[in-house]
Amino acid sequence: MFLKRLTLIGAFITLMGSSVYAADCGPAGQSIRILASDFPAIHAVAGAAEDNCGGAAAEFNRNHTTEARQIMNAAQTPNPAEYTSVIVANSTLVQLMNDGLVRPLNDLVGKYGGHLKQNQLITIDDNIMAIAFMANSQHMFYRTDILGQAGVEGLPATYDEVLAAAEKIRAAGIMEHPLVMNLKVGWNVGEVFNTIYLAHGGDFFKSGSAEPSINNEKGIAALNTMKALVEYAHPDHLTQASDQTQGLWEAGKAAIGFMWGSRGGVILDDEGSSEEVVSNTVLSGAPTVTGGSIPGATLWWDGITIATNVSDSEAEATFAALVSGMTTEMVSKHNDDAIWLIDGFKPGPAAAGVSATASGGAKSYPMFAQMGLLHNALGAELVDFLKGSESAEQALTDVEAVYVAGAKDAGYL
Amino acid sequence: MKHSTFFWFILPSLTAMILFIALPIVSVFIQSLHIEHEQVLIVSESCDPFGCEETTSVDTEASSKLRAEKPLGRFNGLKTYTNRMILAFDEVGEAWRTTDSFREFWDRVFNLPFYKSLTFTITYTFVVTPFVLILGFFVALGVNNLPKILKGPTIFSSLLPMIVTPLVGSLILFWMVDGDGVIGATLQNIFNDNSLSLKASPLLTWIMLMVYGVWHLSPFSFIVFYAGLQTVPQETLEAAMIDGATKLQRMRHVVIPHLMPLVIFISLILLMDNFRVFEPILGFSAEAHATSLSWLIFSHLRESAFPLYNVAGATSMITILGVTILLTPVLIRTWRDFNRKGH
Repeated sequence: MFLKRLTLIGAFITLMGSSVYAADCGPAGQSIRILASDFPAIHAVAGAAEDNCGGAAAEFNRNHTTEARQIMNAAQTPNPAEYTSVIVANSTLVQLMNDGLVRPLNDLVGKYGGHLKQNQLITIDDNIMAIAFMANSQHMFYRTDILGQAGVEGLPATYDEVLAAAEKIRAAGIMEHPLVMNLKVGWNVGEVFNTIYLAHGGDFFKSGSAEPSINNEKGIAALNTMKALVEYAHPDHLTQASDQTQGLWEAGKAAIGFMWGSRGGVILDDEGSSEEVVSNTVLSGAPTVTGGSIPGATLWWDGITIATNVSDSEAEATFAALVSGMTTEMVSKHNDDAIWLIDGFKPGPAAAGVSATASGGAKSYPMFAQMGLLHNALGAELVDFLKGSESAEQALTDVEAVYVAGAKDAGYL
Repeated sequence: MKHSTFFWFILPSLTAMILFIALPIVSVFIQSLHIEHEQVLIVSESCDPFGCEETTSVDTEASSKLRAEKPLGRFNGLKTYTNRMILAFDEVGEAWRTTDSFREFWDRVFNLPFYKSLTFTITYTFVVTPFVLILGFFVALGVNNLPKILKGPTIFSSLLPMIVTPLVGSLILFWMVDGDGVIGATLQNIFNDNSLSLKASPLLTWIMLMVYGVWHLSPFSFIVFYAGLQTVPQETLEAAMIDGATKLQRMRHVVIPHLMPLVIFISLILLMDNFRVFEPILGFSAEAHATSLSWLIFSHLRESAFPLYNVAGATSMITILGVTILLTPVLIRTWRDFNRKGH
């Protein structure tokens, strides 16, 4: 009798381990609706979830749109919510949490998340609010052939070294504007300031309050660094975001880039660029200030959340489906699509920049509830300074004034 | 027409106007008087794959209770209109007190987002409108004098700029004026300056937007003028010819007076249209150098996670006010003409 039971259990375990056994999809016959941004890594995770559990669910809908963050709050506020899950990043998690639209996942992780790693769990005061699956950050891209031609030794690791290298390239007459950065007015400009400000060790808010604290020496130093870099950037930099900078890079028109890690794989693949550019492109960590240790970048993660305003069984089925997609098999199939936080990821050359930046101790994009307002203010008000029509002090005063006006209207101050 | 017949005639459109135009404007106005509830912030520790940090988050239970009690938010009166986001009374007053020259004062005021947008909007309106009128008139004259066989194709191709959606049209031009685009590269060649960029200089950006505006809207005034030209009384023209009037004199004394009511109509439409300039700014990614009132409303609404409905609402009200002020002289004139003709 005992032996029989043992074989049964044994058979069951083998069944669990084999790929014949479908993933545990939780309650069957539920409706699973996912809202997500639109890039390969997210397609990989959501696609794996659909393959595993699409059959068990009554419906499985995925809406991949780059406008996800613009519609998510409106879509999730009604009860029942439009989507049972939104795939978020640092800042969009805060955006949903501000309106109470995501539910704590502690119980669900206990039930279905056995294979998740501790560092995938995004917690706020011990409540698990999201499960991260990939990381991203800005970092440096270099063209080693051009650096060599201009007589730059090694890869620049600080802002001063970056500037010196850019000057050498310009002086050697190779390129007038060797640097590319995402400086499009609005979110991108604000984000570049954030990275350099963090490298200078700055804090965005007075501790424990929503009062801004960027108008200080660190802020001014960060702005001056930014201005010095911009001198070497393409004249149209204020209109350039990721697609344009990637285009310039692939066209061989830049030698030093400060771009997103998620563009690394796309640049290093065999499409859209020449062999010369691809074989000489090297990704390395974000720069620090001279004598400093914090890389100038913001670390980002992307992860899944579950909506508050849906039934518990829908929530459970959605969670089970999505975590069933976060497996080693999925990662090995899509290894170069992202910097995966899931077991089984083999970092290739495209991951070098993000790994170096993260292990160098870069900070995460701040999760303050009111951060979005400050970011918007930065994006709008730093432009005058970059154009040269305003001093750094004035620009930071303007940013704080705009932020305070907005924060008062939004109820944060 | 009997008053009651007129009433029944106009009832459907009147209802639609009240429902879809008047009431929303009232609701936007009410919204512009309110701001969000206070957010109850709590300090918490957040952990992610890269470590733990102390952050603030919103106490959603407390906040949603406040919201349920008063869904409109806190009453703020006209303060939204006067704060830094819009009319900025305090900042303008301070600039007035602390600056010596008018230029310096203007620099300080121009630094405020609303005045920056207003300046561009008004400049755009008053530059583009006359150019469109004049250009459209000359194109109409030209087409009118073409041989019949060429007229059809010419009219169609002259209308093209208007047929192309503004956003698409401006995006196409945006790529053409790029340093690697046809126009951009040609200009760099002509002036032998590799860093010449239409997108990098505020002045060139303004000119580019206005040239685009003229290009895009000229067909409208062209087609209206062309229609008008078909109705110019031939008898008067012949009489003028017999009296020995030159071509120019006929133009000045017969054709232009005949088209005058159309000029008023076109300016009315153009002033309204140009005051709401929006798509080219997005299409040309020109936010760094030129913003308009409509763009300002858009950006306040789009600040994801933090749409400032009150500021957007207040800016909308001011835009409506601006259009009304612009149109008043034209409307007064039309009213006078109407009265003259009526009696």
